[in-house]
Amino acid sequence: MLSIKDLKVIVAEKEILSGINLDVKAGEVHAIMGPNGSGKSTLATAIAGRDVMDITHGSIKYMGENLLEMDPEERAKKGIFLCFQYPVEIPGVSMVNFMKTAVNEHRLFNGLEPLSAGDFLKYMREKKELVEFDSQLTNRSVNEGFSGGEKKKNEIFQMALLEPKLAILDETDSGLDIDALKIVANGVNTLKNKDNATIVITHYQRLLDYIIPDFVHVLYDGRIVKSSGRELALELEEKGYDWIKEEAGRQEK
Amino acid sequence: MSMSQEYVELFKAKEQLLEKASPSFMMNIREEAIHQFGKTGLPDHKSELYKYTSLQKLFEPKYNMQLQPSNVEFRVEDIFNCDVPNLQTRLEIILNGFYKVNGTALTRLDNGIIIGSFAEALRKYPELVKEHYAKHAGFEKDSLVALNTAFAIDGLFIYVPKGQVLEEPVQVVHLPMTGYDTMLHYRNLFIMEENASAEVIVCDHTLSPFRFLTNSVTEIYIGSGAQFHYSRIQNEHLNSNLLTNLFIHQEADSTVRSNTISLHGGLIRNNTNVLLNARGCNNETYGLFLSDKNQHIDNYVNIDHAKPECTSTQLFKGILNDQSTGAFNGRILVRQDAQKTLAYQTNNNILMSDEAKMNSKPQLEIYADDVRCSHGATTGQLDENALFYMQSRGIPRQEARLLMLYAFAHEVIEKIQVTPLKDRINHLVDKRLRNELSRCNNCSMACGDLPIPD
Repeated sequence: MLSIKDLKVIVAEKEILSGINLDVKAGEVHAIMGPNGSGKSTLATAIAGRDVMDITHGSIKYMGENLLEMDPEERAKKGIFLCFQYPVEIPGVSMVNFMKTAVNEHRLFNGLEPLSAGDFLKYMREKKELVEFDSQLTNRSVNEGFSGGEKKKNEIFQMALLEPKLAILDETDSGLDIDALKIVANGVNTLKNKDNATIVITHYQRLLDYIIPDFVHVLYDGRIVKSSGRELALELEEKGYDWIKEEAGRQEK
Repeated sequence: MSMSQEYVELFKAKEQLLEKASPSFMMNIREEAIHQFGKTGLPDHKSELYKYTSLQKLFEPKYNMQLQPSNVEFRVEDIFNCDVPNLQTRLEIILNGFYKVNGTALTRLDNGIIIGSFAEALRKYPELVKEHYAKHAGFEKDSLVALNTAFAIDGLFIYVPKGQVLEEPVQVVHLPMTGYDTMLHYRNLFIMEENASAEVIVCDHTLSPFRFLTNSVTEIYIGSGAQFHYSRIQNEHLNSNLLTNLFIHQEADSTVRSNTISLHGGLIRNNTNVLLNARGCNNETYGLFLSDKNQHIDNYVNIDHAKPECTSTQLFKGILNDQSTGAFNGRILVRQDAQKTLAYQTNNNILMSDEAKMNSKPQLEIYADDVRCSHGATTGQLDENALFYMQSRGIPRQEARLLMLYAFAHEVIEKIQVTPLKDRINHLVDKRLRNELSRCNNCSMACGDLPIPD
């Protein structure tokens, strides 16, 4: 589904990603872990298409197509969804209007009739229940005045509405208490099936107790320095990142 | 001959005509006004009040001064419909600065409310007019008001007696429509007596493609406990220039809310002057403008808190595109006597292009010590993070921009209390943001193809 080859990215004149290789197939869950500043979020936004970075080398193929040539909205409509680490507040734009526009853009792209206001509200109610999203929040402006936990749950709710093929969760667990974490993880697991894939970016192994990864990659200094099965996450939890840094340092020499 | 001298000469040449249209008390005021104008002339670029809007340049071209009503052989209402669906209004038309008589020039309703031609009101109710005329719009320090006072003959007159309610909103459509470049002066006078209530909607349009310069004065007296709502939609072509001078005098416990929506026009300068002359007044002044091409829109607001325990709120927003320019100058004066004043002012602007320019100048002058006042101004671009957030959900960038601009504008539009009017303005602003309102009018008429009155 997703194939990243030797991806190098410069942000503000600094190389953040220095040759990333990653293959994600349908039905898989990949966890990307790593210490602060290792380039995890840059990788997520590069896939989603934020144009504040220079991609100097490498390629990203998605379903056989060159992803780097697409606008963010085109990527979204083709099934890529980024759960933001810091969801953006948009004063004055109502949640309903925002998501109705987004859902209908997706439908238009897939050759479907747009949903009427009534049908959309019904669809929204179903999805709200599915991911346990507080019904009051959809009456407000996008993320405006939402608590940290509400913002993250809102991301999962939007994901449920848009039914992506490839979901990227960027530090979705940060700032969540254990109850919220369970709800978020539950949402992700409910939406998971054999045809879609998930990339979970996280600092801690905690989220991976609830969203079980098939693969764990460690990103350090702009490179994936270690890839393994789920057991790697447990090892990191126990030993921290220092041994990874040392190992990576030795490889350099 | 200097520019101001030209107008003094014109006044002399037209003196007989003006005299015919004015009772003696008014002619005296006209003479004082033109004398004043001859002395001071127009403010130049050194004037703080007109720093960002050059009146000198605006008055430079030759215009024909419109001093007589136009003859029209058709009903303007038939060819032009400034439509607000689902809203029943009493429609009044000011054509080229003169009240367009459709039946009677002045109507007196059963409950004593009087609506119609200002010139006719002068003839029929001179005492009523005299009590307020030129009392609220002082021309001593204001050249535009002086010029208007010297030359304006007609306009709209509304009188709502004590305790009466004008059930149907009045919709005034101001239409310049001549076959040559024209300067127009018209004068409105609205008198709301104690506990009266009224709603007035003003629409500014143009119906022929010539260069227009309108310099209007509206005086509004709001008696104790009276309520007045004033909405203004400005939608004119690029060759049309609008100078509006609004003077509101509020007495105790009265409420005034005004909304000015500037959708299109060449140059627009709105002067709003509010005097809170007794305890417990509430004044809300809102404005929204959308400019593009080389348009220039300037809003000046002056709120005079003369007495204690009054509240004033100003919210002005602008969206500027292309090479358009805008200005906002909001002054709040809290006099020594005006304790317990609450005065708020906000001005937010969005620049959509690198070439658009906005000047914002809040001015607070506070001479009382127990007051709460705030002001804030921002000018910036749309939030890139928010745009990307929406794009990442599949919303095209252009649509995301529209959603955000619309949300930005909505804060002003939602202050309009009459729902059908609010819906209509929402629709017009939406069309304007989508660039579907690139012509001045929302009417089906192709401006310029119309028969032109003499």
